Amino acid sequence: MSDKKVLVANAQGFWGDSMLGPLRLVEEGPIDYLTFDYLAEVTMSIMQKQKARDPNLGYATDFVKLVGRIARKCKEKNIKIIANAGGVNLKACLAATKKVIADQKIAGVRIGIVEGDDILGRLPDLIASGEKFSNLDSGEGIEKVRDRLTSANVYIGAKSIADALAQGADIVVVGRCTDPTLAVAPLVHEFGWSMDDYDKLAAATVMGHILECGPQCTGGNFTNWREVPDLARIGYPIGEASADGSFVVTKHQGTGGLVSVETVTSQLLYELGDPKNYLGPDCIADFTTIQIAQEGPDRVKIQGIKGRPPTPTYKVSMAYENGYKILGTLCISGPDAVDKAHWIADAVFKRMEMHGAPIPPEMRFLELFGTNVLYKGIAPELKQPHEIMMRIGAKGPDRKKLDILGTEIAPFVTGGPPGVTGLAAGRARASEIVGYWPALIDKRKVKTSVTVEEV
Amino acid sequence: MAKVKLMDIAISRSGDKGDSSNVGVMAKTPELYEFLREKLTPEVVKDFFKEICKGKVVRYEIPNLRALNFILHDSLGGGGTETLITDAQGKVHGLAMLHMELEVPDKLLR
Repeated sequence: MSDKKVLVANAQGFWGDSMLGPLRLVEEGPIDYLTFDYLAEVTMSIMQKQKARDPNLGYATDFVKLVGRIARKCKEKNIKIIANAGGVNLKACLAATKKVIADQKIAGVRIGIVEGDDILGRLPDLIASGEKFSNLDSGEGIEKVRDRLTSANVYIGAKSIADALAQGADIVVVGRCTDPTLAVAPLVHEFGWSMDDYDKLAAATVMGHILECGPQCTGGNFTNWREVPDLARIGYPIGEASADGSFVVTKHQGTGGLVSVETVTSQLLYELGDPKNYLGPDCIADFTTIQIAQEGPDRVKIQGIKGRPPTPTYKVSMAYENGYKILGTLCISGPDAVDKAHWIADAVFKRMEMHGAPIPPEMRFLELFGTNVLYKGIAPELKQPHEIMMRIGAKGPDRKKLDILGTEIAPFVTGGPPGVTGLAAGRARASEIVGYWPALIDKRKVKTSVTVEEV
Repeated sequence: MAKVKLMDIAISRSGDKGDSSNVGVMAKTPELYEFLREKLTPEVVKDFFKEICKGKVVRYEIPNLRALNFILHDSLGGGGTETLITDAQGKVHGLAMLHMELEVPDKLLR
């Protein structure tokens, strides 16, 4: 067995993560692959909204900025980049990435893309061919939202990304793929694993699951947070993979944070469903077979993972228009902050009636932050804390009507009870609600294509 | 027996999937895992989260990680993309769980 190690790092765990992560990873120690994971369900919705406003948007713009800052160093050190930065607009992301590399005058960078995840245009044919696209959570039929769909993307697997790497890509950008796939693909490419070697694919999937949220496995969001040193310089995670499927979770020496069995297990539990059946596009991983042990300081070894063949379907993430929402905030000081908030809220909704735009009770929203709303029913409700943030809003089909509500919040600073402040964010505006519709598609009906070109 | 908070004998992590959240709880020792496996039934967890979780609670066991995983159905006010509540993604459900108080045999705490 070869003793070759492949070092895969996660540089950003979501769209909005620190820009310092990737800048530090390329400087502070060895890595082979830098992965960027941007696509939470919420993020896809935001990108969808942005694309609707501007056809040149709808992807992770932070990625392009970062490529401009690290591409030269990555080329020097032969660090490959893999990112699901394409979001709902892969073409625009590719164009922007090419431009930023050209602007830097870095020669000989090969960029690969994987297309085929976007099936929105094919939906009529796919439905006609028998695909149901029923909602995975609710079981409802696609007819309910069919004429309101704005995007439909398949979570693609590792093979086509590995193919792009095999074709010499230095940077691979994809639209929708599962988060762990970003780690599976480079290992398939480097170790030449067969796509039916399910134990190995499952091991790589688990590695990807651990890495996918960046520092959330190196001491971030950790219960015993006081044990985590040097939060400012927290190390981003690195999976040090071996050909036999075992791997070590670690971080660069001298960085902050903590890699322990507890910090890594915490992340194994993140967004987990049935641990025996962790479904991915390329395999089913069994989390109950994971063997985990501390191998040294900030080094956690994982091995023994078993996998099974994947299901015959890919998951599809669809977005649909589902009306509008608005949310405004006011900060209210005591005494009697809670009573004042209820007075104001009642008055806001009365004024909506006076505007001829009444909000039905079931569409109203009021949350008094500071009364223990996060631990509702668990920590005792605080009856009259000395200051609260009132979060008031509504949902509905009519954007203009909701925007009126945005105009009737600020007036209570001068026209309400005393001690109301905190209007710095300005007048609230209604925004689209992007509904999320998870579904399945027969794998045989998804065709991906790989293109690699030199900039 | 001693009354302790789950926080003293376990760690946790939570996340979201659609309108459900998951809460993973990892016991500090194998003995405490066995204890929690008995005590933290889906019914107990559902009752604890009754004002947050409007649906059912499903539990999975992961003994190799000394962990239990709970799915809290219908607990995010419509899900991350739709809801107006502050904790739209169940980020704090894990820490909330650790506020639970339990009577634990002394020998498990040594």
